[in-house]
Amino acid sequence: MGALDHFLAMGGYARFVWPAYALAVIVLGGFAVETIVTYRRRQRALDEAERRRP
Amino acid sequence: MFRLANPNRFMQWSARILPWCAILTVLLLGAGLYLALFVAPPDYQQGESVRIMYVHVPAAYMATTVYALMAAASAVALIWRHPVADIAAREAAPLGAGFTLLCLVSGSLWGKPMWGTWWVWDARLTSVLVLFFLYLGYMALVHAFDEPTRGARAGAILALVGVVNLPIIKFSVDWWNTLHQPASIFRLGGPTIATSMLWPLAIMALGFTLLFVTLWLVRIRSALMAAKLRALRLQQAA
Repeated sequence: MGALDHFLAMGGYARFVWPAYALAVIVLGGFAVETIVTYRRRQRALDEAERRRP
Repeated sequence: MFRLANPNRFMQWSARILPWCAILTVLLLGAGLYLALFVAPPDYQQGESVRIMYVHVPAAYMATTVYALMAAASAVALIWRHPVADIAAREAAPLGAGFTLLCLVSGSLWGKPMWGTWWVWDARLTSVLVLFFLYLGYMALVHAFDEPTRGARAGAILALVGVVNLPIIKFSVDWWNTLHQPASIFRLGGPTIATSMLWPLAIMALGFTLLFVTLWLVRIRSALMAAKLRALRLQQAA
């Protein structure tokens, strides 16, 4: 068994350890993406609205 | 804190500190993940499954800390009517709910191989589940009114009432016989876990904290911009 296989096997607990880390990445990464996308969209809309202001 | 109640001041201040928060978040989470997955030793009883703790414990810590911050912001909003405080409380809630969900699921993933069950109705697990529902209830309540200020007021009261759950979570492992283990880090007499595991845990917890602070600030800025946008559009329509 290679070093990578050994690492991925997590001593037989792979099916518990990796879902925990995957969920962390999905939840926290999801929040990060959603937060930044919304922020950029509002920033653009605000710039646009201020440019059009007489 | 009082100067930050002014939205313009908040925008200036947050723009200055945000880049630093973002850089620190990336560094801490990168180092934390590396330490948790490669450097920290397997536990002599739990084997490699102990690595779930490096997600579970920081998530649990954030779940309760974010609630305390949300309640504090709610109190400030109720007492002093600070416009930014209401927004701060509202924007903390989904992040807190996310951390709580992560805490519950990662705990469950550890419980199955170690306890032999995904879930038990013990005091610690149940009180954290109640915390999750408090977050959801708060979010639903805030958006349940046509007038946003009334929703914010009702939400703030719910957030403050829910604070009673925080000591219940903290002391549940002492007050009741729980399957969940007692505190091993924040306890009288110092931590009982090995230093080789405490360091990765501390860095992951700091990383989670900085991630929350960064996202919280961006979300508050985002909400302030949305409010300004609404005001501008009303002006133009008039």
